[in-house]
Parts: sequence; C-alpha cells; structure tokens
Amino acid sequence: MRVLQGIAVSPGVAIAKAMVVDDQQPRVTRRFISRANVDAELKRLANAMDQVAEQIQASQNEVATELGDQYGAIFSAHLQMVRDEKLNASLVDSIRYRHYTAEYAVSQSFARYIQFFERVPNPFLRERAGDFRDIEQRLLNVLFGADAKKKLAAKEPSIVIARDLTPSEMANLDRVNIRGIVTEVGGPGSHSAIVAEALELPAVVGVGANLRDIQTDTMLIIDGHQGRVIVNPDDETIERYEKEVEHQRQNEIRLRSLRDLPAVTTDGETIHLMANIEFPHEADACIERGAAGVGLYRTEFLYLGQDSEPTEEDHYQVYAKVIRDMQGSPIVIRTLDLGADKIFGEDHPPEQNPFLGLRSIRLSLQNTDQFRRQLRAILRASVLGDVSVMFPLVSTLHELRQAKMILSDLMEDLEEQSIAFNRDLKVGIMVEVPSSVIMLDRFAQEIDFISIGTNDLVQYTLAVDRNNPDVASLYNNCDPAVLRLIQMAVDSANKAKIGVTLCGQMGGNPVYTMLLIGMGLRSLSVTPSAIPEIKQICRTVSAEKCRELAARVRDMDNAWEIKRLLRESLRRLFPDEA
Amino acid sequence: MGEDSIIRKVIVPNRQGLHARPANMFVKAALQFQSQVDISRDGLVVSGKSILDVMTLAAEQGTELTIIVTGPDAETAAETLVEVVKRFVEEDEEEADA
Repeated sequence: MRVLQGIAVSPGVAIAKAMVVDDQQPRVTRRFISRANVDAELKRLANAMDQVAEQIQASQNEVATELGDQYGAIFSAHLQMVRDEKLNASLVDSIRYRHYTAEYAVSQSFARYIQFFERVPNPFLRERAGDFRDIEQRLLNVLFGADAKKKLAAKEPSIVIARDLTPSEMANLDRVNIRGIVTEVGGPGSHSAIVAEALELPAVVGVGANLRDIQTDTMLIIDGHQGRVIVNPDDETIERYEKEVEHQRQNEIRLRSLRDLPAVTTDGETIHLMANIEFPHEADACIERGAAGVGLYRTEFLYLGQDSEPTEEDHYQVYAKVIRDMQGSPIVIRTLDLGADKIFGEDHPPEQNPFLGLRSIRLSLQNTDQFRRQLRAILRASVLGDVSVMFPLVSTLHELRQAKMILSDLMEDLEEQSIAFNRDLKVGIMVEVPSSVIMLDRFAQEIDFISIGTNDLVQYTLAVDRNNPDVASLYNNCDPAVLRLIQMAVDSANKAKIGVTLCGQMGGNPVYTMLLIGMGLRSLSVTPSAIPEIKQICRTVSAEKCRELAARVRDMDNAWEIKRLLRESLRRLFPDEA
Repeated sequence: MGEDSIIRKVIVPNRQGLHARPANMFVKAALQFQSQVDISRDGLVVSGKSILDVMTLAAEQGTELTIIVTGPDAETAAETLVEVVKRFVEEDEEEADA
C-alpha cells in the first residue's frame, strides 16, 4: 500500500481500478511539401481549422447545456485561439514559404507557445500550456484523420490516471464508469478541476511524477476530501473507505430528498429559500433544487453584449419565460443595475469614481426612456404570475419617489390602452447603501419589501473596493459594523411589517446561515446550487439556538473572531462531516 | 485631431491572472473596435486583438498593463477595455469571502 498526496479539487471518495490514459500525441515528423502542393496544403489546413472550430463549438454547447454557460466558457476561448489572426498567419507562412506540411506547421507553431507557458513561473498561468496542447491535438487528429471524438470510456468502474486532462477530454468523459480523476499536473483553478467539481466527481490533481508508476488495473482509492490517492490499499483501508462511500451515498440521497421538504427549523420556524438568477434558463435549476421562488432576477444580461438597447418586447419575452418556468412561485425582478459606461459607451465621459457615480437606479432615472421600457415590460408581465419589482442602489427617498412616479405614470398609460397589468404590483428596494438602512423607517412607509444586498453593503459601509488587492483584506462580511447595519435593516422592516430578504453572497454561504436566522431573517435568496446545503442547515438547527449565537456575536467586536465562532458553530452542527 | 493614442493603465485584478477566459473576454471586446489595440507589460508590446499575444503576456494578479488604443473610436475602446479588465474578478471562483 502506498499513499500519494496531491491537491484536493473535488470532494468525494471512489474505490476502483486505475485506467491509465497516455497523452498519445501523434508523432509529427519534419516533412516538407513540393512547391506545386502549397495551395492544396493550405486548403487542408483551412479545412482542419474549420473542422476543429466546429468541434470546439460542439463541445461548448454540450458542456454549457449540461453544466451551465460558465463551464462552456473555456471553449469560447479556444475558439478565439483557433481563429487568432497571428496564429493563422504564422501557419500559412510556414506552409507557403517554408513548405512545411500542415502537421509540421501546426506542431512547430504550437510548440513555441507550449514551451513558453511551461516556463512561466506562476503555476496557474503555467497550466495554460494545456489549452494549447488541447487545440494542437485536435488539429493533428483532424489532419491525421484520427477519430476526433474519442470518448474517455471504461468497461468497468475506473479511476482515470493521466498527466493532465484537456477540456475536450473532460467534455467527452464517460459518465457511467469513470468514478474519479487523478492527474500529475494541474491546480485548483484548472478547467478539469472545475468540471470535475461540477460533475461531482472526486478529483486529485498535481500528484507529480509518482503517478507514472501506476499501471492500468492497479487497485486505487481516491480521497477527494484529503487530496490522497491510495495505491494497492490493504483490506482494512478498503473497508474504512467503503463505509465512507456508503456514507457519501446516503448523504447525496438526503440532499436530493431535501428538494421537496420545507426549510423549517427544528422549532418550527419556516425559512423561505429562494434563488438568485441572471439568465432565463436558470429557472430550471431553481425548480430542480427546490427553490421557493426567485428572490433576485438580475436583468443586466439583456443590456450586455448587445448592439442596441433592449426593446420592451425583448424584456417582456424573457420575463414571461421565467414566470412560466417558475410555475407560479414568486419572482422579484430587479431593474437595471449597471454603470453608465456600460450603457452609453462613448457618450459617457469616464468617471473618477464609478462606484460612487452614475449607475443603477441613478442611471435609470436619468435615462428614463430605457427605464420606462423595462418597467412597462415588467407591468405587462405582472399578470402572468407572482411578480414584484425592485430598484437597486436606492440611496435617497427622492429616488424611490421618482421611480414610483414613473411606475404609476406607466400604469395610467397601460390602463388607457386597455393593456392588462397588476395594479398591486409589489415594489421594493435593494438595501445596499448605509443611507437606506439609516432611513429605512421612512422608506418602509412607501414600499412593500426590502432585499439586503450584502456585497455592496459591505463595500459601501467599509469604503473598501474588494477588487483592489491592497485593501481587499478589509472587506469582511463579519465586520461588526456590517452586522449592525443588517440587524437595523431587519428590525426596521419587521417593525414596519414589510418583507425582508437577504440576497447577497452571504446568504449562500453556510457559515452565515445560523447567524442570519438568529438575526431574524426568514427569507434568503441564494445561488441555486447552494439551496440544498442551506436548507439542510435550516432543518438541523433551532431558531432558539441561532438567536443565542446572534446574541453572542452582538457582543463581539472583531470580525475575524466572529468568523471563527461562526465556523466553529457550523462544525459543531455537523460533527461527523469535519 | 487625428491619430493620438489613448493610454490607460490597469492592474490585473483577479487571482488567476490573465488566463484563457479573461484573455478571450478582452480580445472579443477589442475586436469590436476599429482602432488598433496594443497592450504592453514591462515594455513588451503585443496586439490586444490576438488572444495568443494577450496570453503570452503571462500577466498574473497585480501586474500593471498599459492599454494603448489608436484610431477613430479610441476613446470608447479604451474605456470599454478598462471595464473589461475590471470584470475579470467575476472569472474567479466565488470569492473566498474574507
């Protein structure tokens, strides 16, 4: 028995035989063509480039459909690389002037890039050599006429052992028999790591050259929690891990079975767990994970990457789709939350301080044509289901009143035109600026609900840009000032009997769940994938215990100590999962 | 006025640096403009419209890059590209919060 240590990138345990995958690069020899064949060779190259572009596109669609757009993004980059003008020019030159074969031209050009990246000191960037190898291999396969879409398949349950797995190999992975992945190189940010996690496949990367001693059919245990690979395990170890696998299986079933169960604490408090979404197709993930509704529907994607501003009909169509897909659950649509530069481009002078500048509701109130189109679409969609509208970044009462005025103007218009809408459309604001918390008792008289956006609230409360590495360490969700503001917001909303939800990243992080319940929140809106885990916490604790925790936190003044206490409390809640 | 270049300095904000996906975002944005887009790092100047060039900058988090835009729509291009670089942070895994 031998234990190899690597980097844990995707949790889980698997016990199976090894399947060693060689990176079988077709051998490219230094070969030349005659002058007469240059044009034919250029045509072969162009055809291969087109075919590879098609393959990459197909991989992107496949992965995006199965796992979500973000996982397909790597292929969008690969496509860009294949179409790169410089690359194409250098390949064409090698064939035209040096009379290289297409294969040799490809291997020469890519070798330069691969060698370059292999020498980059930063380990994450060094992994980019893999992107080049992947594309090179696709091109050579096409040029050699090899079977392009070779599935990484196994006849029996196996753990894949490889130097590295390219994005295309990951996309073609046999989902039935491949139980785990171990690679020699790679790190936590690599594409294989990200995809393995999305597929919920245990994975250990960066094990190093020791891996080369493993033969196909060697018995292995992969421990994706600890980043360990156990080669030829003894009976005792196998037994221990078999228990772990069984435990894991039960845990999965439990999480899946949570879907239709309510998020209720042990002492009977119901927590409304809703989902944050950006794209219309994410409604499916909400249903699958058992979301009680969409607590935050971001609408920015309608504006980004478009040549012209979206029409009322563009807005209406996507809202109608989400409302339909959510099957009657409540949906909160947030109006445009972007900076002016993203909308106006050249017509807008650069701002010294964009975070404090013309953005979100401020922008909507200055660009009322666009704002009216969006609100009209929301009003028209409001008869299709349980729809509310929410304004982002409201910092003064005046802004709220202006926005509501526009809304009621539009209602009158629609009425005159006999177009249906819900007159009682609920109106709310995102609470993400300290001024809105301070004035919340007044706001509350004019709105139906608030949603606490913690990401911006932390930034504006602590005056920290978390994208600035010099000060990012000051950004802390647990800062006592931030927690006090959240408490004030919850208390004001409860006192005024209006709805209150928390929709920032804090809501989706299990570390904060107990604290937030203890602070009086009964509605959280989180990324769809986080719902089962948060629900499990809700169903395991009592609101009473959460209140005790919140009371202890209130007496503390150090963000790091607070965070430590929260982590410790979560660990104690699930002692056997440490 | 003619062909004055617009020059903007940016810092690579995301933990994972200017790898394939951010480079793709940048190049896609750059290709939308007529102007010539160059990026330089420590004196090495490459085309901002070639993903391979951009990747070979091997710029990690905190690296200062200079975006040099020349042409009719330089102003818009420069501002857009600066914004794109800021959005690289969204490329990272969810922030380890704190």
